Amino acid sequence: MTDPIRLSIRHVTRYAYEPQAVAAVMRLRLFPSGYEGQTVESWQVTANDQPIEPNFTDAAGVKEALWSCDGGISEVEVIAEGIVVRRQDQGVVRGLKERAPAELFLRTTDLTATDTAIKDLASAARRSDTLETLHSLSASVRDAVEYKPASTNMATSAAAALEQGAGVCQDHAHVFIAAARSLGIPARYVAGYYVAGEGDDLTETHGWAEAFVEGLGWVGFDIANRTCPTQDHVRLICHLDAGRAAPVIGAIEGYAEETLTASVAIGQAQQ
Amino acid sequence: MHSNSGIRAPYTQVASWLEEIGQPLLELRAKEAEALFRRIGITFAVYGEGGDPERLIPFDLIPRVIGASEWARLSQGIEQRAKALNAFLYDVYHRREILRAGRIPAELVIQNLAFVPEMIGFDPPGKVYSHIVGIDLVRTGEDDWQVLEDNCRTPSGVSYMLENREIMARMFPDLFGEGAVRAVDGYPDDLRRTLEEVAPPACRQDPQVVVLTPGPFNSAYYEHSFLADLMGVDLVEPRDLRVRDGRVWRRTTKGLEIVDVIYRRIDDDFLDPLAFRSDSALGVPGLMNVYLSGGVTLCSAPGSGVADDKAIYTYVPEMIDFYLGEKPILDTVPTYKCAEPDALSYTLENLADLVVKEVDGSGGYGMLIGPRATEKEVAAYRKRLEADPAGFIAQPTLDLSTAPTFTGGKIAGRHVDLRPYCLVGREVRLTPGGLTRVAMREGSLVVNSSQGGGVKDTWVLAGDAPHGGGA
Repeated sequence: MTDPIRLSIRHVTRYAYEPQAVAAVMRLRLFPSGYEGQTVESWQVTANDQPIEPNFTDAAGVKEALWSCDGGISEVEVIAEGIVVRRQDQGVVRGLKERAPAELFLRTTDLTATDTAIKDLASAARRSDTLETLHSLSASVRDAVEYKPASTNMATSAAAALEQGAGVCQDHAHVFIAAARSLGIPARYVAGYYVAGEGDDLTETHGWAEAFVEGLGWVGFDIANRTCPTQDHVRLICHLDAGRAAPVIGAIEGYAEETLTASVAIGQAQQ
Repeated sequence: MHSNSGIRAPYTQVASWLEEIGQPLLELRAKEAEALFRRIGITFAVYGEGGDPERLIPFDLIPRVIGASEWARLSQGIEQRAKALNAFLYDVYHRREILRAGRIPAELVIQNLAFVPEMIGFDPPGKVYSHIVGIDLVRTGEDDWQVLEDNCRTPSGVSYMLENREIMARMFPDLFGEGAVRAVDGYPDDLRRTLEEVAPPACRQDPQVVVLTPGPFNSAYYEHSFLADLMGVDLVEPRDLRVRDGRVWRRTTKGLEIVDVIYRRIDDDFLDPLAFRSDSALGVPGLMNVYLSGGVTLCSAPGSGVADDKAIYTYVPEMIDFYLGEKPILDTVPTYKCAEPDALSYTLENLADLVVKEVDGSGGYGMLIGPRATEKEVAAYRKRLEADPAGFIAQPTLDLSTAPTFTGGKIAGRHVDLRPYCLVGREVRLTPGGLTRVAMREGSLVVNSSQGGGVKDTWVLAGDAPHGGGA
């Protein structure tokens, strides 16, 4: 049994507006939930230095808050930071408080619609055991879609990413999710934090997938890294696809040009 | 209006009235009525189905009459259905008992695009989801009424119910003098009371209600402003509302004022760009967060549409049994769900005799009326059906009742349907009446305004008329 590790995380999202925005409203899903493999030791979220508390938790156990502000706004800085303890769990999410039926995640979305290529990939990966199917699917998706930064964007669909054979973590997850659903296995998108290895330059949130295995529950697959989530993964949000799992989404009044920058610093906490 | 033994009892008064005023006067009155409608400006398409926005819906002067005892039974059936539909919505967003019990296939509900995941586990005030339930009915026999479809989101057309009566009262004041016809003008007050009853937990004062419209370009804008006006509440567009400190506020000339209850005439997808479609320019950013945290009430609740899907429709009798332990008072039309192989092969074999509809279609578009379609149309429809069976349901062609209608200078029978509006708040309220739509073309079964349908005033009689004899 590996010892638990304590991860220190600081996630900064900064919006700059030129000219100033008249008002801004931000929907924030920046509150990691606890479950067997993950304990939130301390956590705080601020927007322009005002502390923010979540005002409800959705059916999949995701907490959210809304922040709003008026008057001339030239910048909004949202900081989420704290310490999360991760235990080895082989990627199985146990003990998360959620009310959503697993079958909800069989539903298709624009970003995860299947086409013939995705269905073919899925059937080729099919094994007699669901868990084996998923591992095999994870590997074949990764083989079919090369990791290539900036080759896709937030609106790239699973089908388009598979067709061009290149993408980033979000695309790997989408292809996997679309393929799993086509086999009748519920699957969903997870956004979270990840301690990248040496040489990786991951400075933003990471994306992976979870699939539902009867008798076991939700199991994570980090397709991009060819692994199940480890103690280096911190689970933040899950939803049907990446488009619905944005940690920060905002709207402004006015005609300002918006510039977004985000950074995530994550590492083992000092004792 | 004729039954086997002659004029149906409730129509006796209307029949003698028609005889009395005579054809020329009726023709004159019909022209006057049209002029009145144009002046008022009701020229929108009834069910938001597009079409020429300036088009006038034909108004037929001859009222549709429903007897007192007949209405008593109908209203029980309508209230029963409205209760069952709301109980179903509460259940599918909570414990899903009806799905666990295998009474309705789970995937039909959970995978349905009208099922809104954000609503799972949320308790809307009073556990009410659909506050205005519009139920489309047809009479198929002397005592038989069948439900064609349920409308749980934001059924439109109620302004016609009110305006048709207004016009009739202006033109024929004598007809209403004796109180024989029950009034419908209590609807706006009832609607306002219903909306106030579902104020959110955060509301600490008299509930402030608004009507939310997409704006003047919407085909039902007239109705939105008409209802707001009659209720004495404000009509707002999304840009008039904003979210702050966990509440919704309305911009006024006096500054921001709190809003407690929103009667929204905007589809789920366009309510909040932060929750649903981020590409939507409509909507109030953050509205869903405020709703789900108890700061405002949305009427109808997002996700109510899962109860009025045409594939779910066939299971309403199950809901009535499961939640209320009652027998359905109103009949449903036997429906073949083409998603099921047996139903599909039956439908394909009998296309020429059936009515086939898209499960998510409305407005009378995209449907096939087998007996009235050409061979070519049937063949083309067969292809569509085979390509996507789950997208269709089929029903037998109904023998719809007709009502006397003034058309082409004479009185003739035309097919009609009826949409009453049932209000659900802490109490269930039903205005005695509704919108009668009439297929103006001879023999036509399609009453939708986009397909040449018109409207009539609907009379519910206060007492049962003596049986009329003779012709």
